[in-house]
Amino acid sequence: MAFYRSHVLVSVDPECLARGAHDIIDALNDELIAQGLIDEVQVLETSRIGDPHRLGPDMLVYPENVHYANLTVDDIPYLVEEHFLKGRIVEKFRAQEKVITDEELGAPKPKEVRVVLRNCGKIDPHNIEEYIAEDGYQALAKVITEMTPEQVIEEVMKSGLRGRGGAGFPAARKWQLCRQVQDNPKYLTCNADEGDPGAFMNRRVLESDPHSVIEGMIIAAYAIGASMGYIYCRAEYPIAVQNLNIAIAQAREFGFLGQNIFGTDFSFDLEVRMGAGAFVCGEETALIASIEGKRGEPRPRPPFPAVKGVWGKPTNNNNVETYAVVPQIILKGAEWYASMGTEKSKGTKTFAIAGDVVNTGLIEVPFGITLREVIYDVGGGIKDGKKFKAIQTGGPMGGCLVEEHLDLPVDYEALTAAGSIMGSGGMIVMDEDTCMVDIARFFMEFTQEESCGKCTPCRVGTKHLLEIHEKICAGKGEPADLERLDELCVEITRNSLCGLGQGAPNPVISTLKYFRHEYEAHIYEKRCPAKVCRALIRFEIQAPACTGCTVCSRNCPVEAISGERRQVHVIDDEKCVRCGICVQVCNFNAIEILS
Amino acid sequence: MFKVAEVPSQAGQTKDLTRIVEAAVEKHGAHADAFIPILLEINRDYGYIPAEAIRLARKLLHQPEEHVLVSEGQLYGLASFYHMLHTEKTGRHVVQFCESAPCHVQGGRELWKAIRQTLRLEAGETDPEGRFTLKTVSCLGVCGVGPVMLVDDDLYANVTPEQLTEIFGKYE
Repeated sequence: MAFYRSHVLVSVDPECLARGAHDIIDALNDELIAQGLIDEVQVLETSRIGDPHRLGPDMLVYPENVHYANLTVDDIPYLVEEHFLKGRIVEKFRAQEKVITDEELGAPKPKEVRVVLRNCGKIDPHNIEEYIAEDGYQALAKVITEMTPEQVIEEVMKSGLRGRGGAGFPAARKWQLCRQVQDNPKYLTCNADEGDPGAFMNRRVLESDPHSVIEGMIIAAYAIGASMGYIYCRAEYPIAVQNLNIAIAQAREFGFLGQNIFGTDFSFDLEVRMGAGAFVCGEETALIASIEGKRGEPRPRPPFPAVKGVWGKPTNNNNVETYAVVPQIILKGAEWYASMGTEKSKGTKTFAIAGDVVNTGLIEVPFGITLREVIYDVGGGIKDGKKFKAIQTGGPMGGCLVEEHLDLPVDYEALTAAGSIMGSGGMIVMDEDTCMVDIARFFMEFTQEESCGKCTPCRVGTKHLLEIHEKICAGKGEPADLERLDELCVEITRNSLCGLGQGAPNPVISTLKYFRHEYEAHIYEKRCPAKVCRALIRFEIQAPACTGCTVCSRNCPVEAISGERRQVHVIDDEKCVRCGICVQVCNFNAIEILS
Repeated sequence: MFKVAEVPSQAGQTKDLTRIVEAAVEKHGAHADAFIPILLEINRDYGYIPAEAIRLARKLLHQPEEHVLVSEGQLYGLASFYHMLHTEKTGRHVVQFCESAPCHVQGGRELWKAIRQTLRLEAGETDPEGRFTLKTVSCLGVCGVGPVMLVDDDLYANVTPEQLTEIFGKYE
């Protein structure tokens, strides 16, 4: 590895790229070459440094730890001359605030333990040597030179690692099944089709630490006897695809992929396959169909992919996170991994927290932590001091949990028992202003749209669920609708072909269970308690607060507000379209939403 | 049944399309597992996948002697299945709004309303001038800074309704 006196880390998160981060990098390199400094100063790409909207494109310069922000290409020659040639920090380019935060990840929050995310933001994903310097590919060397495939499976079995894609099937058990099938060649697939709304932990691992996934896959391939692997990554993640391709090329160059790895007779190669926008491709049989160049439609199991997968051959499919953990288990031992977590859910899990919490973003915590700790200690509590209402776990096939569940330990069994699922690890926190009927409608919109259409219960059933919710939100709900919902949920769950359909009613089942009173308010009283559903609310100007400033009437798009200057204004309910603009523009909080 | 629509009459356009399809097939090879990457590439370079592109691609891809069998219907089936492949002509710029739950609860609902008002379009529509096509997209995985939208390949995060006029103004 070459040594440099100075390192420049330029932020290339999607926002900074949008603001020309690549142009900055090119300009920097050009200028460093022109000044003869290219062997002394290394320019690296890194993930988010500061707030990309106010500061991007921005960069960090080490060892001085200076944060430059709002850079343009024209600033670069001056910056290079001053900072790198003359050694003077350029104050006018410095970011105002000293605190540097990675909004997505940042420094570990209280109660976090990072195994999967250990290298994220720390190493340059484009440089295999940095991964190697952080004990990378040591586990692979150990596996291939010292262990038999059976011993590898045994070790992972002892660690208790369960598949992180959602179902939580023991990873080593799956490997064993695939290994035992007498058919060749065998394939390995990595499910990087992270489509759950609100889940982005896989994206972060693929973008920031692609080698951990690649190393995990090579180890798994050795254990199973696979000769070819595919990483199926969704096309919505262009940076992840790019970084994976770079990492695979470098791993090949170093002899970790390809023929006769480490001089043994074990050969394995890896390719990235891109999706084209279909949520259902996260289902393993649909994913396999898509890799083969077909419509991503699931098929009934059995036969399981372990017997008939890609091109009809035995295939082992695991999630990004499952593979990324494997090298650490091999290096640090099964006992170390199994010492974290609960009895049946071992180790750590990454979660993406979104919604109404103070710290949204990625976290990694040991299983067994309570939801309360996740929301209040790690997540920093509910935004704007509001009250917690519900937490939706497990993505669109998961359920909503409420206050009484907050002290549940987060593990596969406890979440399932409470009516939700672990899923891939998305968590959406909702505060008191959320209408649960609207949220259930929203999730049905999603599953209805994403249903591949192959089987009737899912295709037609989700459409019905959505229509009934739309009816209720529009104030046209009838008492019989609740029974219809209950019945539909049972039928769809029981009769759908794949996990998408079977899980689709979960958001409805859980909201019906814990928020039935909100459905009833919509249906019987024609009232939306959270004041969200437009058909069930009206706006009224409160006379004592109104100053007659005319702002609301001037902004109303349908001229529904009338009143003289300095006189109390009135909203004509007939004309009002409930757009809410008047509430936003009123400086005196004089407009109240009633339901 | 999939019907082949009229071939675009402009000679220049057809020629470009041929080149785009040939380049895509050349790059990815005529294998079954290259069909989706090929269609993605055509979609990116031509803006959408017209019936003519499917006809051209099928001619290049269908090679019985190499055991690669494919029909136009099969390729159309792919183009219509995947959200990121468009079979209808799109505007010069495609606005994609993330309609996922995390964005929805962080102001996405209001933003979506404002986008439709500003562009005077509903999801799936293209304006008469052919400037913008409005679409919804599933989660882009940048939920920490929602609500987000894409204009072509540019990502905008923490978008507020007030910023829309300025953002759209950048695209001619």
